[in-house]
Amino acid sequence: MAFDESHDLFRATCRRFAEEKIAPFCYEWEEAGEFPRELYRDAARAGILGAGYPEDLGGGGGDPLHALVGIEGLLHGGSSGVVASLCSHGIALPPILKMGSPEQQRRFVPPVLAGEQIAALAITEPGTGSDVASLTTRAVRDGTDYVISGSKLFITSGVRADLVSVLCRTGPDKHGGLTFFVVERGMPGFTVSRALEKTGWWASDTAELSFDEVRVPQANRIGEEGSGFVALMQNFQGERLALAFYGHATAELALQDALAYAKERSAFGRPLTGFQVTRHKLAAMATKVAAARTFNYRLAERVAAGEYLVGEVSMAKNFSAQIANEVCYDAVQIFGGMGFMRETRVERLSRDARLLPIGGGTSEIMNEIIAKSLGL
Amino acid sequence: MKILVALKRVADPANHNKVKIPASGDRIDTAGLEWQINPFDLYALETALRLTENGKNPKKREGEVVVLTIGPKETETNLRSALATGADRAIRIEAVDEELDGRLVAHALAKIVEEEKPDVVMMGKQVVDSETNMVGQVLAELLDWPMATFAATIQEQPDGLLVEREVDGGVAKVKVTLPAVVTVDLRIVSPTSVRSKHTEAGFKYPYEEVRFAPLPAIMQAKKKPLAIKNLSELTPDLKSTTRYVKYEAPPGRKAGIKVKDVQELVQKLATEAKVI
Repeated sequence: MAFDESHDLFRATCRRFAEEKIAPFCYEWEEAGEFPRELYRDAARAGILGAGYPEDLGGGGGDPLHALVGIEGLLHGGSSGVVASLCSHGIALPPILKMGSPEQQRRFVPPVLAGEQIAALAITEPGTGSDVASLTTRAVRDGTDYVISGSKLFITSGVRADLVSVLCRTGPDKHGGLTFFVVERGMPGFTVSRALEKTGWWASDTAELSFDEVRVPQANRIGEEGSGFVALMQNFQGERLALAFYGHATAELALQDALAYAKERSAFGRPLTGFQVTRHKLAAMATKVAAARTFNYRLAERVAAGEYLVGEVSMAKNFSAQIANEVCYDAVQIFGGMGFMRETRVERLSRDARLLPIGGGTSEIMNEIIAKSLGL
Repeated sequence: MKILVALKRVADPANHNKVKIPASGDRIDTAGLEWQINPFDLYALETALRLTENGKNPKKREGEVVVLTIGPKETETNLRSALATGADRAIRIEAVDEELDGRLVAHALAKIVEEEKPDVVMMGKQVVDSETNMVGQVLAELLDWPMATFAATIQEQPDGLLVEREVDGGVAKVKVTLPAVVTVDLRIVSPTSVRSKHTEAGFKYPYEEVRFAPLPAIMQAKKKPLAIKNLSELTPDLKSTTRYVKYEAPPGRKAGIKVKDVQELVQKLATEAKVI
């Protein structure tokens, strides 16, 4: 599978959407900590939410590469937080698509792709982050239902989600005792305990969710009991590749802003680009962006073609997260005082980039996976 | 109704600071520019789509929209984009940008019109690069067709199009019989600006822009026909008659001044700017 003209066109659609529907309001939404719900419907109408999903479920067809270039286009709105929440279905729906019954797919997927419902994925807990298989949110069978108790933390789109794919413990086996359930807004006992304040991704509503004996019918169990861990590991591949794309795309925006500013801003009687130290800094930034993007593109093609490349995906996620933070740091440095002001985009990009070595698995966990793939 | 929409690619206006003129001043350096379709031509495309559909069911085309551009192979990306937006098929006339001027383009379009026999030829009121604002008018003259330029609204009627044109000091209403040439202005994409005979009275489009090209349409666009013709075959005896003597960048804007009140503003407008 390879990138072709259709990916360029779709990226352009997403970029135009971001420049017209996100960028003008982004500052306001970032400060407010969320964006209007209508944006989901607008994005659905523009055919953005359904990229890579089957058309019979309301998707737009296409392939996984369309969803990835969509992220690149949408980030032109200037807010990773908006993109993360707007596209939270990108991590919430795959378990349903991979393991859900046709009936579950018909029930849960189309309203999300139409922008009518918001979907979130809930894995992390207050007591369980990197050691994901130690999670303790429990689903206990009771007749034909399950009763879920526990809490989930750092849930993107969690404040507003209408349906949440929740990974729960259904058995004692550490890895084999995990199962996905879809918990729906309004189910008694399911509440948002708090909206979280973060370093970056401000416009994304991130929540702690509480499950107090939430009764869920068996029809909301995704796959067989015990199938959750494998589904999660597969899901991580898509999420980490997407985060790698966030990385090079974020860095690219920071580079563009830094280039424009360095040409325009004068110091000691010449533009900043008149100084070798600035030119070389920009050259190094551009090199990092190009290397990360090239790696990510090549890898994305192979993953989309069906290869299961755990080590490489972890490398891409790590490398992109690292260069994103380096490039954003340097961009802020070129902006000087202005780079520390909330009114500039590089300020936001530099804060947003900090999530990348943490979310979807920390750099340290990625390195463990890479080491394992090296036979260590 | 069959509509031929003429599109021109222009340097992305958002990246105008990338436009460079070499010291020789004999050309514009186009290396590294990002290209997109002239915004007014995109409005023409949106207008053509609205005129060939029932607004309630925009996926079904009631008629045909053919998009055309003149330029090198790279412009096919722009045509695919127009096809993804909803046009039925595309024509590219192979040519080098530098050998074109408005008159030559109008002659080439006239040849295509002879072959295609559209009911309407539609385009933006002008391009945002050279802003010559002449192709539509010259084409109408060559074809001896009625024209309506700077259209702000269009209503399809049994015997033609009722067009409101934005002119200095107001709006002029004109009725053109078909076939005709129409050039469109900015407000043509307002929710109620365009109504085909298939769209019921009072219908409002839920957006005020050029529609987005969604992914299913992008995938379908790959299969839509794109024909290629040669400018030298269409207009063998013609060459651009415009000669560009020299290019130079406009002078940079000088810093403004702040005035403390309206009185001072009026006084400076009168005595210094001498505009009132």
